[in-house]
This record gives sequence, structure tokens and C-alpha cells, in this order.
Amino acid sequence: MAVVRAVGQINNLLCWPSLLIIIVSLHQARTHVSYELKDDVAVVRLHDPTAKVNTLSSQMQSDLKEVMGEIWSNKSVKSAVFISSKPGCFIAGADINMIQSCQSSEEAARLSQEGQKMFEQIEKSPIPIVAAIHGSCLGGGLEFAIACQYRIATRSKKTVLGTPEVMLGLLPGAGGTQRLPKMVGLPDAFDMMLTGRRIRADKAKKMGLVNQLVDPLGPGLKPAEERTIEYLEEIAVGVAKGISNKKVPLTKEKSLKEKLQDKLMDLAPVRKKIFKTVSEKAQNQSKGFYPAPAKIIECVQTGLEQGREAGYLAESENFGKLAMSPESKSLIGVYHGQMACRKNHFGSQRRKADGNGLAQVSIDKGLTTILKDTDVESISRGQEHIYTSLDNKVKRKFMTSFERDVIMSNLSVQLDYSGFESADMVIEAVVEDMDIKHQVLKEVEAVIPPHCIFATNTSALPVTEIAAASKRPEKVIGMHYFSPVDKMQLLEIVTTDKTSQDTIASAFSLGVKQGKTVIVVKVSVTLKCYFDHYLGYHVFLFNAYGSRYGESDTRLLETLLERGFKGRKSGKGFFLYEKGKNYKNDIYWFHRLISRVVNESLLCLQEGVLRNPVEGDIGAIFGFGYPPSIGGPFRFVDTFGAERLVSIMRKYEEVYGAPFTPCQLLLDHAKDPSKKFYK
Amino acid sequence: MASMLLTTMRSCHVSPSLAMRFGARSLSTTAQLQAQVQTKSKKTLARPGVKNIVLVEGVRTPFLLSGTTYADLMPHDLARAALQGLLNKTGVPRDAVDYIIYGTVIQEVKTSNVAREAALGAGFSDKIPAHTVTMACISSNQAMTSGAGLIAAGQCDAIVAGGVEFMSDVPIRHSRKMRKTMLALNKAKTVGQRLSLIGSIRMAHLAPELPAVAEFSTAETMGHSADRLAAAFGVSRLEQDEFALRSHTLAKKAQDGGLLEDVISFKVPGRDIVSKDNGIRPSSMEQMSKLKAAFVKPHGTVTAANSSFLTDGASAVLIMSEEKALAMGYKPKAYLRDFVYVSQDPKDQLLLGPTYGTPKVLERAGLTMNDIDVFEFHEAFAGQIMANLKAMDSDWFGQTYLGRKSKVGAPPMEKFNLWGGSLSLGHPFGATGCRLVTTVAHRLKKEGGQYGLVAACAAGGQGHAMVIEAYPQ
Repeated sequence: MAVVRAVGQINNLLCWPSLLIIIVSLHQARTHVSYELKDDVAVVRLHDPTAKVNTLSSQMQSDLKEVMGEIWSNKSVKSAVFISSKPGCFIAGADINMIQSCQSSEEAARLSQEGQKMFEQIEKSPIPIVAAIHGSCLGGGLEFAIACQYRIATRSKKTVLGTPEVMLGLLPGAGGTQRLPKMVGLPDAFDMMLTGRRIRADKAKKMGLVNQLVDPLGPGLKPAEERTIEYLEEIAVGVAKGISNKKVPLTKEKSLKEKLQDKLMDLAPVRKKIFKTVSEKAQNQSKGFYPAPAKIIECVQTGLEQGREAGYLAESENFGKLAMSPESKSLIGVYHGQMACRKNHFGSQRRKADGNGLAQVSIDKGLTTILKDTDVESISRGQEHIYTSLDNKVKRKFMTSFERDVIMSNLSVQLDYSGFESADMVIEAVVEDMDIKHQVLKEVEAVIPPHCIFATNTSALPVTEIAAASKRPEKVIGMHYFSPVDKMQLLEIVTTDKTSQDTIASAFSLGVKQGKTVIVVKVSVTLKCYFDHYLGYHVFLFNAYGSRYGESDTRLLETLLERGFKGRKSGKGFFLYEKGKNYKNDIYWFHRLISRVVNESLLCLQEGVLRNPVEGDIGAIFGFGYPPSIGGPFRFVDTFGAERLVSIMRKYEEVYGAPFTPCQLLLDHAKDPSKKFYK
Repeated sequence: MASMLLTTMRSCHVSPSLAMRFGARSLSTTAQLQAQVQTKSKKTLARPGVKNIVLVEGVRTPFLLSGTTYADLMPHDLARAALQGLLNKTGVPRDAVDYIIYGTVIQEVKTSNVAREAALGAGFSDKIPAHTVTMACISSNQAMTSGAGLIAAGQCDAIVAGGVEFMSDVPIRHSRKMRKTMLALNKAKTVGQRLSLIGSIRMAHLAPELPAVAEFSTAETMGHSADRLAAAFGVSRLEQDEFALRSHTLAKKAQDGGLLEDVISFKVPGRDIVSKDNGIRPSSMEQMSKLKAAFVKPHGTVTAANSSFLTDGASAVLIMSEEKALAMGYKPKAYLRDFVYVSQDPKDQLLLGPTYGTPKVLERAGLTMNDIDVFEFHEAFAGQIMANLKAMDSDWFGQTYLGRKSKVGAPPMEKFNLWGGSLSLGHPFGATGCRLVTTVAHRLKKEGGQYGLVAACAAGGQGHAMVIEAYPQ
């Protein structure tokens, strides 16, 4: 079979002997993109051998240009199919490093222009191009796909489409702001670009983002995934032939409703109204801290009102500006940090978990879980809570009722300790009372096997003290989840001096399995900062952390009240609320609050509570809501300047004393400006 | 094997007509190759201490496209016709049967134990207990093996098993909300309560609930799953159409040749006597290729022409312990030997029952593929049959999913469903199993073979296979 195919190909090539030579000579340099001819269809395969996912790296782009050049100059090729040979990924987006390495906004704008140019060529291709999408098709990948003439996607859970640029403080800079509104209409386009929402295949088809869906296949003569991609290719090749034979129409006949909608959108006042509403909403939600949404709206508006060229120009210029903005740099830093916190550096081990409200995030990962409580009412409530949230997924067609039932079957609910003898891990989440924690620890240790880990989901009590009651302190660890557990992505693993590496590894791998972003610390950092300093609220930690925190700053709240900063109703509080304007931080409060959080965070690193700045930033953002726009306390010091921060803190120190004394690490950084937490 | 050749052809992008010619040629050559005499690895499957169970007789009503001549009947009417047919054909005394078991899938709510309702009206003694079983498309297989179990356990000596399906009328329900209101109305005590309940009815409540041939667990219709299965095994549209055409052609030949002797005539009240299946329609490849995909649109390969159609029909068999049959003076048709039930992933392997069941039952019986003279597989979809054949012929599949060292091996086509199958004869879900078993017995007799194999897939990702041994002439 292969022979026949090869012969066919050679036949094809023999007609153009000169071409044959070109292909052979160029083949070595091309590593990311390859193509083969299936009859008159060129099947272009994308595969970045250097990374886990395909990105629009410079190598990918140059390979693509080269391949497209060859295809376009080959008159026997009547259509083309783009497909990825990476399982689970079409193109995951632009190459972030490429954007990060830009030194000026002009340089970033040029990147955008190159993208625009390339995709415009694809859009104006003399032969129809079909994008065959399986897996993530995000950012630049989606812009690429919508430049093609036709899109086929697999109805797989892995297939998601979206423009997540806004989450990195950027905008779709390769023609996305111009093409997307035309393709799916203004409301949907804004929704996608301003929220960065990932869209599943079914929805994408309904929106008109993809033209055709292909069902994922089960195993046949090959593994399921492999065959699914092959099948997708077969269908795409068929469609490509159909388009070039004019058997498959490129555009769907629009329904009367759609036509009417389009007409309506074309009216200037309607459009104006939409832009106004969207702008207001974006302002409201970003509270003026993030510049990207406004720029996205601007690009779309420019394109619609002044034409493509102006739109492109606005897009690339704004892209350049955004790429250089501190907000974007911070957000990209957060993104990298998040990725880093999902890599287990402790080795991995499979464990089962027992636990409370965490049961849900465990059972849907296939972990057999026991939920133990003290009374029937609590148990029933717990079970109902889990069932309802799964059932909501069924209602939204995220899973079938059958999958829900199978997941629920992993959960067993009980009042006693039966079954604990075969548990691999127990996570307790009882009330924050040291006596009760100790009692539970003793009860549990009496029934669990020797290898079983005891994790405590404490937020305020020191794990070391809890572990003191244990017969086997090396198996005791803190796993601090944030409420609501199924929504909050941070997990803080709190270790003691006695916790073994093996225990940490197990807790970490469980956390990652539960879909969490995990940081490993010595003392619960997030809660400490949150209660003790962010609000100057010290009741919880008074006993726990000793004198330095004792004189915590209730004065902050008192001063706020004294000065009439009573929150929204008085028009000022932590924010200044002025009608029709963005929420603005009052710079005095901002510095007074942020300087302490930053100082405490640095102190944590200095004392070895935190292992590194990345985990510190991730913990701050996902744990207690540190603003991502300024990228976490450590990144803040880098961008704000340690020296500047120290001088501000000294002023506060004069008035409020010790809590504002800069820590040694901050002073070191202030002294030597070349010292940075992020290189 | 032929199918393998065909695939190869097709993936080489040879024009369809050429491939067909080659396909036809390869079919005939294989036939010659396989026709060599093979020696059986076993003389008989009888085992000491195990009761021999025999098939005395098997009958069925003609299988009709739903909505045709049977349209105004009820399911138990069809079952009754099959039972009466069996009574007439065997002359078994009305009280000599110990137990009656029927299989059915879509239940008529009024006759949920359709076995009993049919038996009462068919002239059997009212002293014979009866129950109904359900196991999707292998319901009547389950009825037969349940009966075999009763005989083997020494509980009974003579059993009537059968199956019935009536797709001309299916229970269509009110919506859940409407049902709830109606039930509440029943309990309402005052006029005020009643009025407020009636007032709560909305237009949306009136939308009825239709039964679907869909998996409950995955919400996927069977045709859709079959299309995905065919695609997973790389079964082309052409292969499917060819197989469907083969089924219809063979069925027509068998019908015209009078080979379908299990079919009894049935006088439908108010209509003519029905004595022939009416779904056998050999068409041409050209016409079949014109049809659009029925489930996966637009690129799917399963069409109305290469799927089994909705059918009305009933079947019945008389099975006994060998001693009892001989004592009553019957000449049994065949032994019912080893059988297995299998089940697997209801999403991606919904219709692969035969692939899982075949090697398992052969192993149980101590036979090999070569020992089997007659294959009767249930044809739910042409794509499903082709996928099963390819799965059995794949080393990778055998190793990965069946835990074998190598492939099972696909049944040779010249032994396979030679008198048509569910695609052409029709497929009344609950009744097909008995048809398969009776056909094997008749074919063994006609073709002079010794062992036959029945295999079938069923909704829920289940499957069944049974070995049948010819009764010594």
C-alpha cells in the first residue's frame, strides 16, 4: 500500500523534475512543517519537534512560508489541508518567548505585522485551504485557522478554540481583531477576545467558528487518538477536494434571522451602541487596571469603521504597545509561574485520598474517596453539594449522566472509620481547634496503615504543632486548599521540619492530579499575609506566630474610618469610587497596604518559608488575590524598584513602627539595583 | 480476507469500479482456496455428566418492515403467531412444555410480560409459567440460554423460548412534567386543587417523549456509534454497500430457493396471509451510493441502505433435553452447546460483541475457527460487521484488547451469513437470536457441516456467542 502511494507521489513529481530537486534540497532545513500530496491535495503537517505543543515560533513561520510557497507554485495542487501531527494540539498560540524578547514596541508591532501579512496571504490563497483541528487551537493558532477558507474540528474534549491573549495583557495581533468579528459577529467576537474564554467544538460550530465537526473515534486497528487524527485528515482531504470541485460550498446559506442580525449590525447607531456597552462593561470589569480590553475594542472599531488597512495598523500598533506594558509582562510572568507550579519536583507517586470538601476534586480524577463526617446531616449536605455540582455539568452537557454516576460511585460517605485501614492518604478538614485536630489525628492514626499520609487542611494553625501529636510526624503534612475547593486553583502544601520528601511528593502529585497549582511552603504564607497584614486583622494568628505579628495593624482600619473612607457608599474606601470613572487606587492606601504584603513575602523567602519567588508570586495571586496586573510581590519589587519601596516604607515606619521595617532581603535589593528576583 | 484486499485496493486510490472488479475476483479466488476439506479437531462436544440440550424446532413469523401489514397488531399478537406456528409444526402436546421464556426490547406497557400474554392466547396450557427477558438485540438469545440453564439444572425438560419486537407501535410518553401533573391530578381532592393543577400545564409540557435507539449511558444513537466504529476500523462506504448488497442478494436467493423454512404463514386479521419477509430488496451499487449518510453528517458512511431497518416480527424455538426429545419421538435438529455473554465499553466498542464473544466461546468449546462450518452473525449495520471482521483479523486488536498473542482470525466469507442476515431479512430486536440459531441448524443440515457459530452484538456494549453442533443424521 505504502509502495503504491509512494509511486503515485513520484509520478506526480516526475512531471516537474525541477521541483523534485527543490524539495530534496530544502527538506533538511525544514523541521516544523512538512507536506505530502494526496492526489491534488497538499496535506501540510505541523509538528514542532522541540516542544510539547506547536506554537507559531519563528521556525514554524518560516517553514510555513516556504511550504506554502512551494504549494502555491505547484499548479497540480488544487487544495490544501493544514493538520497537526502533535496529539492534542493544533497550534497552542504564538511563541510567548518571542514576544517577551522584544525590546521595543516597534519590534513587537513588527511581529504582529508579519503575522498579519502571512495570514492575509493564507486568506487570499488561490487554492482553498482547510484547517483540520484536533486539540487546542488558541491565540495565533486560531487566527491562523480563521484565515483559512474552511475549518473542520474534532468534537473531542481536547479541542478548544479561543483567543486567550487578553489574559496575558495582549490582543490577537495577527488579524484576529479584524477577522473574528466578521466571522462570528460582534457580540461573540467581543466575548471571545475580551474574556479569553475557551470554546468547545460544539459551541464553535454553532457560532460559525468552524464549518464541520468530526467525532473522535475509539480504538480500531490503531490506538484511538492516532486513528482519530488520521480520520480527521481523511475527512479534511475529502472536503478540500469537494471545495476545489465546487461540491462543498464555502459559505452556509444564512437564515433569515442571521441576515436580519447582520443588517442590524451594519447600522451605524446600533454598532455605536454595541461599542459603548462593551466598553463600559470592559471598564467596569477591568477596573482600569488592564489596558488590553480597551485596545481590543479600539482595534475592532477602527477596522469596522475605517477599513481593513486601518484596522491592521491599529492592531499591530496596539499590540506593540501592549507587549511592552508592565501589565502584560506581569501577566506573562504569572502564566509562567503557574506552569512551573504544576511540575512535580519531588518525584511522583499514586495515592488515594480521603477528605472532606475536597472529595469532589478527587473523585472526578478517579480516586476512590471516603467522606467521613460526624453527623448524618453534614454527610447528606456534603454528598448533595458534590452531586449538584456534577449534575450542573451534565446539564451544561459537559459530561453525560453516566459519567456523573460513575464519578459519584468513587465516593463513599460514612460516619465511622471503616475503610481507613486501606487508605493511602487522609486529609482532615475539621474545625480550627488544636485540641480537636489532635484528637482527630490520634483517632485516624489508630486505624490507618503505616504508609498512609495524614494531611491537614488547616488555614490558621501551625502544622508543626499539629504534627507534634503524631506518632509518625514524617507522614504529617499541611494541604491548604482554598474555598470553594472546586473553583480555586491554588493548593498550598505546608511542610514541617520532619515531613519526609516522600510525603511531600505524594501530596504534590495528588494536588497536581486534582488540577491544582501547587506551591510548597514551610508555613502557610497566604493566610499569614492575608489575615495579618492585608487587612490588619490579627486575631487568628496572634498565638500562632508570636510577637512580631502581635502589634498588627488594626490602626489601618481605624485610620480609614477616621478619614471617612467607609467604602462604596462614602465614595471612597480601599478604592476611590467616582461616578463614571474607573476605580482608582488611592496611592497612599495602595502603598501602605502593598508595602507590607511585599515586605512579608520577601521575609518569607528570606527565612526559607518560601522556596522561591515564583511560588511566592503564584501563592499571593491565587491565594489571597494579589493583583495579577502587578504580577505578585516579588515581580512588583523588580518593576517598582526596591530602593523606591524602601524609602516609602521608611516613611510609614516613622509613624507606625516595626511592621513597616523593611526586611534584610529588601534592603539588599535596594542597595544593589542589579539584584532581581526574575532574570 | 477479501475485505482486507478490498481495503488495500481502496487506500491505493484506485477508481471504485476497478476496485469492485478486483474485489469480486478476490472473493471468488478465496472461495476456491478455502473450499479444501478440513479435518475437525473434535468429533462431538458432548461431555460426560453434562446434559445434552437439543433444538427440536424453530419458527418465525415473516419479518416485515415496521408500519406495513402488521401495523395494527400488538406485540403479543405476533408472539402468539410464532407460538401457534411452533405448536402446529411440532405437534407438541399443549401441556408438555414446562416453561415459556420470551425476549423483547421495546416493551408495550400493557403487556410487559409478553411471554405470558402470548402463551395464554396461543393455545398453550394456562398451567405453564412464562416470563419475559430483555437484553437488547440478544434478548431471545438470553431467552434460549435461560431455558438451556433450566434444563441443565434439571428444573425442566422442555422449554419454549422466543422473541418478539413490534416497531410499528412504540410507547410514546407524555413529558415528565406532564406525567407529574397528571399523577398529581389523580390525587387532587378539591375542584380548586384540580383547576390549579390544570392551570399549571404549559405548552412545553405537551411535547411527547419518543423512545430512541440510543444508549442511555452515552446518549449516542446506535447508528452514530456504528459510523464511528466503521471509521475507527477504516471501513469504507463502498465496503459497507457491498456487504449490504451481498446480504440482500443472498437473502433473495435463499428466499427464492425456499431455504427459509423457518418462516411460517400468518393470517393477519383484516389483511391477507403473510408468508414472506418483505425487507429483502437487492438494489444496485449505483443506487446505494446515491444515499446520504444517515447519522454522521455530512461525511458519515452509514446509510439507510447499509443498516438494518426497523422490523416487526416474532420467533420461537422448542428446546429439550436430548432424552426427552427422543422419548417424545422427535428428531432433533441440533445440539445447543457452549455459549458466552461478553460486555465492553458502550461508547467506543458498542457493537464489537462478536469479536469478544467468538474467541471466548471457541476456547470454551475447545474448537478453532477452522472447525466452524457455518457462521451466522447478527448484521446490525454493514459497517459493524466489517469492523468486527477487521477487529478479528487484527493482531494489534487481539493483543491490545483481547489479551491474545495474535489475532482471532476473521470468518471466511463463503461460510458467512449465506442466507442473508439482519440487514436484508430484517431485525426485530427481540426476535433475531432465535432466527440465528434456527438458521445455523438448517444450514448445517443443508450444507452438511458439523459446527455452527452464532454471534451477535447488543446495545449496552454487550455480546453473545454460541456454538451449535449438528445432530447426527
